[in-house]
Amino acid sequence: MIIPVTSKPRTSKANKTGTWRSGKKPHFIQKECIACRLCVMVCPEGCISGDKRCTYIADFKYCKGCGNCAAVCPVADIEMVKEEWWRETIS
Amino acid sequence: MRQYLEGSHAVAEIVRLCKAQVISAYPITPQTHIVESLAQMVADGELNAEFINVESEHSAASVVQGASATGVRTYTATTSQGLLYMIEVLYSIAGLRLPVVLTCANRAVSSPINIWNDHQDSVTVRDAGWLQFYAENNQEACDLHLMAYRLAEDHNIMLPVMVCMDGYILTHAYEAVDLPEQSQVDKFLPEFNPIHCLNPDDPISMGVLMGPESYTETRYAIHQTMMDALNVIPGISDEFERVFGRKVNCLIEKYRLEDATQVFVAMGSMVGTIKEMVDGLREDGQKVGLLKVIAHRPFPKKIVYEALKNAREIAVLEKAISLGEEGPLLSDVKSAFCGYGNQPKISGFVLGLGGRDITKKSIFEVYCALAGSQIDVKFIDLKI
Amino acid sequence: MATELFSSGHTACAGCGQALGARLVLEATGPNVVIANATGCLEVFTSRYPESAWGVPWIHSLFQNAAAVASGVEAALRIKGKLDQVRVISQGGDGATADIGMASLSGMFDRGHDILYVCYDNEAYMNTGVQRSGLTPFDSRTTTSPAGKKSFGNPRPKKNIPEIANAHNVLYVATASVAFPKDLQKKVKKALSIRGPKYIQIFVPCPLGWRHDPALTYDIAKLVVETGLYPILEYQDGKLISVKTIEAPKPVDEYLKLQGRYAHLFTERGKDEIAKIQAIADGNIKKYGLLKEGKEVQKKMAAEKPAEEKIFTTAELSKCDGKDGQPAYFAYNGKVYDISGSDLWADGAHYKMHFAGMDLTDALSEAPHGDEVFERFKAVGVLKA
Repeated sequence: MIIPVTSKPRTSKANKTGTWRSGKKPHFIQKECIACRLCVMVCPEGCISGDKRCTYIADFKYCKGCGNCAAVCPVADIEMVKEEWWRETIS
Repeated sequence: MRQYLEGSHAVAEIVRLCKAQVISAYPITPQTHIVESLAQMVADGELNAEFINVESEHSAASVVQGASATGVRTYTATTSQGLLYMIEVLYSIAGLRLPVVLTCANRAVSSPINIWNDHQDSVTVRDAGWLQFYAENNQEACDLHLMAYRLAEDHNIMLPVMVCMDGYILTHAYEAVDLPEQSQVDKFLPEFNPIHCLNPDDPISMGVLMGPESYTETRYAIHQTMMDALNVIPGISDEFERVFGRKVNCLIEKYRLEDATQVFVAMGSMVGTIKEMVDGLREDGQKVGLLKVIAHRPFPKKIVYEALKNAREIAVLEKAISLGEEGPLLSDVKSAFCGYGNQPKISGFVLGLGGRDITKKSIFEVYCALAGSQIDVKFIDLKI
Repeated sequence: MATELFSSGHTACAGCGQALGARLVLEATGPNVVIANATGCLEVFTSRYPESAWGVPWIHSLFQNAAAVASGVEAALRIKGKLDQVRVISQGGDGATADIGMASLSGMFDRGHDILYVCYDNEAYMNTGVQRSGLTPFDSRTTTSPAGKKSFGNPRPKKNIPEIANAHNVLYVATASVAFPKDLQKKVKKALSIRGPKYIQIFVPCPLGWRHDPALTYDIAKLVVETGLYPILEYQDGKLISVKTIEAPKPVDEYLKLQGRYAHLFTERGKDEIAKIQAIADGNIKKYGLLKEGKEVQKKMAAEKPAEEKIFTTAELSKCDGKDGQPAYFAYNGKVYDISGSDLWADGAHYKMHFAGMDLTDALSEAPHGDEVFERFKAVGVLKA
């Protein structure tokens, strides 16, 4: 009797770790961005994407709100904001 | 072709004929002659395999685990402390359903250190999820290795197999052995076709973390497979006979059991001595027989019951003991009768530990003890 | 997409340096690798059945045998004739590498397998709740090397695994930090270009175990290098071929004070202990020549004062990005250079990797050239610290 004891690749995507955030999330201001990609590089979730200047954004389905992107941004174009505040702003 | 070979060399020849592709082992007496032979075959170009010299048995088992997971046929051999050092890898190999074949050149375990034969090493790992077969002689050891690869890689089984052969008594004994032709082996044992393996084209994750919601099912599946193997084995044994022209038993062998009221039960090379004893007692008109247990795991409980149900007195002879309880094989045989009315007397005898000779006198001592009341544990040839 | 080789949805803690490190490694390796992973945080947070974060074939067996399992994978690929197309990586944490897995790692090195071993060094047994390992640093507090009246925490320095690897004649040995991703990825790529055993040890902060703000993972991984406590080294054939130089080493307390695992040192009694840690950093700087180039740079800086001592703030500098008619400036080691009009900096971008308006001090160490090229450009001011 064989039952699966293996997992298929990249299936962790089903796990929406964005629910882990406890009150803070990064706000990509998108004004001073110089497209240095440092925020992409330092994200432990690999959930920040973007291409040209001022296009960078986190995938909040997975972002755990650690804040490293905001801490490393050389032009202070990412700030950690209270999540409630953020929700109000985008709605 | 019949050849006069040392047991270790004969097994190495079988592993060569089975075309093992990755072999890894760590030296430990009395397993060394097997892997030395294989290393020489690789060095001479007679066997196209990677022979990996490792720094421990733990790594030997780990190397064959990694190689098996990558989809190649593997082999390792060990004994005693080496087998105990492998234990956690043995469980892991079975858990990942990898068809590794291992020879255990049975030896006592420390302390005191003792390099001679008994079964305490392999009996200790009987719960690891490996099919476990015990050979009586070198021909059977060879045949069981052929069966081992075939069974392990069967898609209905996909479990590792351990072939146990008594250290020195078989590994270092020269006997005439009928080695098959390559064409016969190729017919019996097709190329290894893994269900899944480590491959960038299908990048699965193996050895994942399982929680309470799914772990139980993996153990159930292994247990169920063991039970299924009891049904699969006879068919493959028949196929073995068709290809190689001789019978191979993988579960049990009955010896003069038909009308026997007194029956010996044993595993491994001591069966040879017991057979002689049975013959002698039969000449004296005693209704004595022998049940050889080959498969310790899966334990063919029903078959054992059927073979023994007419006996009045049963003696289970073992080269191992669950200290503080009784012999493990004794427990298994007793459990085969559980739930049936006509419980015979089932006594347990521990003998041949650490290489102490098992003589006909030893067996006669067991036979004499059978007349008395049921015995849980009696050490034979004890010098205290 | 390269990032898909290590997917989101893994269950590492917020700010996990090991998750960051693993993602950076996978981006560098590409898809044609097989990974054998030791037991530990990385294994647990990436492989909870039925999910997996891995986009490459991956196997986990036990705590101490990742190097041996990888050896078997490598042997199998070799006999199948696939070792040219598929590379093998073995990886684990510091405990799996330096303690329980030391023998299997030594065996893998010794046998000369074509395997890259990656050690994610978060300096303790984090998966079991922060116990001391052989790579736990001196005076760091763990649950099994606690600080108390008679103890300042772990009494022993870190084992030097890179030098142990060198003693095995490992072909390529390097250390890296997640704060220098390009350097890390360059080393992984270089390692995979070499056939035989390789070893890379990556500094990966653990916010939970080190008790630091998860937002400081990057800063801490940078400071440990800037203090000299974690020398970033590269050996080939046993020879030290590069070090990440430090221009002006930061005092170790700047690094220590950010982490709860060192909080017990910031007392009257702990002063001497911080001095001992400073001595470890100073010893590294001396032993590995971490300051050598930096001193030359400092000398050069002192010799030529900028013509105009205009002081730029970071924000002012960022505006000089060479776009929309703005001049193109960048900063290096506190000086601001004008690269407007340079063909190599068209539209304010240099090989699509570096951009005007930024401080490129750290980026230079990863460039194929040194600071000598800056002599061609005009210094226009200094960057406000």
